[in-house]
Amino acid sequence: METMPDLTVEPAAAAASRDPMRPQPYRIVRFTQNTHDTFTVALEDMNGAGGIEFRPGQFNMLYLYGVGEIPISISGNPADRTAVIHTTRAVGTVTKAMRNLRRGDTLGVRGPFGAPWPLEHARGRDAVIVAGGIGLAPLRPVLYHLIAHRQEYNKVVLLYGTRSPVDILYRNELEAWRARFDLDVYVTVDRGMEGWRGNVGFVSGLIGKAPFDAGNTTAFLCGPEVMMRVCATELLKRGVSDSEVFISMERNMKCGIGFCGHCQLGPFFICKDGPVFPFPKMRDLLSRWEL
Amino acid sequence: MEDLKRILHSLPFFEGFSEEHFALLVGCARNERAAAGTFLFREGEEATKFFLLREGRVSVEIHSPGLGPLTVQTVSENEPLGWSWLFAPYTWHFDARVTEDTHLVSFDGLCLRTKCENAHTFGYQLLKRFSSIMTQRIEALSFQLMDVYGDHA
Repeated sequence: METMPDLTVEPAAAAASRDPMRPQPYRIVRFTQNTHDTFTVALEDMNGAGGIEFRPGQFNMLYLYGVGEIPISISGNPADRTAVIHTTRAVGTVTKAMRNLRRGDTLGVRGPFGAPWPLEHARGRDAVIVAGGIGLAPLRPVLYHLIAHRQEYNKVVLLYGTRSPVDILYRNELEAWRARFDLDVYVTVDRGMEGWRGNVGFVSGLIGKAPFDAGNTTAFLCGPEVMMRVCATELLKRGVSDSEVFISMERNMKCGIGFCGHCQLGPFFICKDGPVFPFPKMRDLLSRWEL
Repeated sequence: MEDLKRILHSLPFFEGFSEEHFALLVGCARNERAAAGTFLFREGEEATKFFLLREGRVSVEIHSPGLGPLTVQTVSENEPLGWSWLFAPYTWHFDARVTEDTHLVSFDGLCLRTKCENAHTFGYQLLKRFSSIMTQRIEALSFQLMDVYGDHA
């Protein structure tokens, strides 16, 4: 795999005033294959600064030299500054090439960018996390935060739907979270297979069953847009206020700072105004055929 | 009988039913248990009942030669199972395998259909609930078939 030819290592003081358009070199310190098409890289700043200070919901632009640059949500623990963690699926040119990287290879990183999940706002309330497929990755930092500050929140519920049992992401962590008495974790798959004894059905079907107080709930949704739309509707039906439903949008981010307009959706730049939005801001845009 | 009535009152599926309707229901209902690994019904058998789960889990499956049983849906606490008892020719279209020891209430289909014919308001209330379940099921199935988490997602 091609690596950056000239690794300029800048002093830490200079890092503070980094040009947001200039990728910084990061080295892969861990590569994990999560499922057949999903992998996680742990990156360390080549200046020795470790990871990146970020807020759950934010993303980085990852640059694979000579191939391209893509936006990927940060999926690690916000309290752990030793490395920056990204989980992604190998679906496009860059991610398919990135899948072949290994420990010691380098990537360019710009970020973090974007608006985070409203975790401070959700204090004292039930937190309901609804994730679909790879959408669990941008929500994992939310779970890390909620667990680290468990006493500040009421019920914490995770509803996770994915394609099949072999597509379940972060399986070991899900099992550990499910074993906790202070978390309610429900997993469902669209297609069961032999040996699977869990739920089969679309993730929206879990909303009616999950134990939370709809009148005092903040919901965090991430997954395919159609899934978020359906789940938001189910949450509203259950009695959750629309202003308490937050969704994470994905678009073709390029600059990451609202200059280029690649990720514009209606009046919003997803990279700068989002990717996390209150559902009422996106409701009409999500169901509009054309803009 | 009083116990069964209390149980029916606690099931969200019957929320909004009048006392008169609960009295009609209870005459067709029975408390049951089913052990993991057993089948509540099999494809092609006569659909004589429907079920409301109080505890446990049932997997709705279809058997395909060479592929084995394919689960299309799981049903758990407080959810109804089966609507083939409502429509001729009253035959199950799927298998229902108990995957966790289950407590349930079963309802005799013929008994209920007879009461629905004689008490149309009761029949309408019951049909409204089953229509809603069918709509939810069709919607969920559409998303499952769309493979929303696939490569195009």
